[in-house]
Amino acid sequence: MAKEFMKGNEAIGEAAVRGGVRFFAGYPITPQSELPEYLSWRLPEVGGCFVQGESEVASINMVYGAAATGVRAMTGSSSPGISLKSEGISYLSAAELPAVIVNMQRGGPGLGSIQPAQQDYLQATKAAGHGGFRMLVFAPYTVQEAVDIVYDAPEYAERDRSPVMILMDGCLGTMMEEVELPPMKELPESPCKPWTVGYDGTKRGGHLITPIYPEAGLEGKNKLAVQRTKRWEENDVRVEEFMVDDAEWVIVAYGMSARVAKQVVLDLREVGFKIGLIRPITLFPFPKKSIANLDYTKVKGLIDIEMSIPALMREDIELQVLGRAPVYEYGRSGGILLDDESTKAAVRKIIEGGEQ
Amino acid sequence: MAVEKVYTKPKCLLPLSSGFCPGCLHSLATKLIAEAIDDLGVAEKVINVLPVGCATMNSLYWKLDMVTSAHGRAPAVATGIKRCRPDALVFAYQGDGDLASIGLSEVLMAANRGEHITIFFANNSTYGMTGGQMAPTTLVGQKSTTCIYGRDPDTMGYPLRMCELIKELEAPVYVARFSLNNPANIRKAKAGIKKAMQNQVEGLGFSFVELLTNCPTNWHMSPVKTLEFMEEHTMKYFPCGVFVDKTAKEGE
Ligand SMILES: Cc1ncc(C[n+]2csc(CCOP(=O)(O)OP(=O)(O)O)c2C)c(N)n1
Ligand code: SF4
Ligand SMILES: [Mg+2]
Repeated sequence: MAKEFMKGNEAIGEAAVRGGVRFFAGYPITPQSELPEYLSWRLPEVGGCFVQGESEVASINMVYGAAATGVRAMTGSSSPGISLKSEGISYLSAAELPAVIVNMQRGGPGLGSIQPAQQDYLQATKAAGHGGFRMLVFAPYTVQEAVDIVYDAPEYAERDRSPVMILMDGCLGTMMEEVELPPMKELPESPCKPWTVGYDGTKRGGHLITPIYPEAGLEGKNKLAVQRTKRWEENDVRVEEFMVDDAEWVIVAYGMSARVAKQVVLDLREVGFKIGLIRPITLFPFPKKSIANLDYTKVKGLIDIEMSIPALMREDIELQVLGRAPVYEYGRSGGILLDDESTKAAVRKIIEGGEQ
Repeated sequence: MAVEKVYTKPKCLLPLSSGFCPGCLHSLATKLIAEAIDDLGVAEKVINVLPVGCATMNSLYWKLDMVTSAHGRAPAVATGIKRCRPDALVFAYQGDGDLASIGLSEVLMAANRGEHITIFFANNSTYGMTGGQMAPTTLVGQKSTTCIYGRDPDTMGYPLRMCELIKELEAPVYVARFSLNNPANIRKAKAGIKKAMQNQVEGLGFSFVELLTNCPTNWHMSPVKTLEFMEEHTMKYFPCGVFVDKTAKEGE
């Protein structure tokens, strides 16, 4: 199939359309604005609908309404905007509604900076809203991988009737890369499903979609959610292990940071270091086993590399290492990108000097 | 001798006893909306968006497809539904805290976009569900649990007149306020409610119907006294009437 040269934000917009997304509501924010811009004209071409919401709050609630009809719905934003969506994400989870949410992270906290960063790991994986719900969080590291994940995301969301988050960063969103776009998915004529609202041509009583339950019902639902999380941990973990078999040093990095880390691994291997990379592709469920099952008679240390200060994934790594090896971190923050040379120098310093 | 049936419970109202407080006009509004839907024969096509407030309880009473929204966001949720199912008749019934405070932006922007939805707005001058705090519609001098000496406009501003705000927008096709304080006004309200739904059947734009209601529990009055209060105070500040009606067809 022919390859195209596309900007990350636009490529995932096209992937969403091909994956069956037919509703998008969003509010402009750098560095993801090309996503709503692209979908504003592209969705109507395929009979879908784009609404520029008056805020991120309105947008996520429009998605909530769209999802209730069974139409595949999506929203996108960047860090501060995701905070505004958090109430709505919690409601989607509670009401068991599928939706795809993209976060093109930028520097934080606060208004932060408009440049790329990875400061929202904890928000995405631990508490994207109130109430202790979890959702699948994917972290692609190339535009191609982002396209493939966004293409499949509506199906995960529908399978679980849950929001799904794609955690990217402004660099992936605004850079251009070669991509192979997947084919347009065939959609059923009617979006109706047994759980949706809207007349589906057969007579039936009223149907309620709700994020509020009587106490016992709510507890029951929360217990079911725990079962679902277990299923995710058993079946849906995605991870790339790169040169870890004989590694004495293991970098853990996701998204854009993993690209830099991979180069560092290749460069340091060339000069004799036994180093590898564990790249979580799902941040939730976290690839626990990849880290827990390392051979700690060989591993001398793990290095968490992120475009974030502090490194936010570190606690998840440490929970698997359980003190069997030291965990170090290196990162840049504020919207400053990692570069190969400084990252390589930092890793080398850690290896040679054991610097924390 | 055959007896003619002149009054019956609306079909899209479930035969349950009401959980609204005795004398609360939410009960009446719930029934009037159900009657309008029955009269139009459109129950199957309706999707209702529930607000957060005492009216969330309507999930128990209406036999309709329903989606419960977050506090104030019903017009945004209704937008998402209607855009995806243009064939559906989408309405929300929201309280004044829900619509005129936390959800002010959502309702104004949905109205301004001219979404083809119907919004019913129950204005009872209080946050009923949470125990009687000051609402954006609480009258000057009216007491609440967060203004125990009465609303003081110097620091709390004046009650928001939603119809008067929305009527200034270009897009809405129907904007009206009715009071549910006596049978004559209830009949007018019923006609307005039906019209606001009919507008959607006909594919016209945004319809907004404000209903002046009460809250005997948090006004600390008997239901009858609340009706007198509405006549003497509420209806003076919130005049009833049709503010916008662009629904008359060309040439009529
Ligand atoms: C985000 C959020 N803030 C606050 C609340 C608490 N709350 C529930 S109902 C309500 C007020 C409802 O008042 P109104 O809309 O006037 O409806 P009424 O009960 O008077 O009919 C509030 C503040 C909430 N549920 N969600
Ligand atoms: S608290 Fe007030 S508004 Fe709510 S049901 Fe009771 S009387 Fe009605
Ligand atoms: Mg109220």
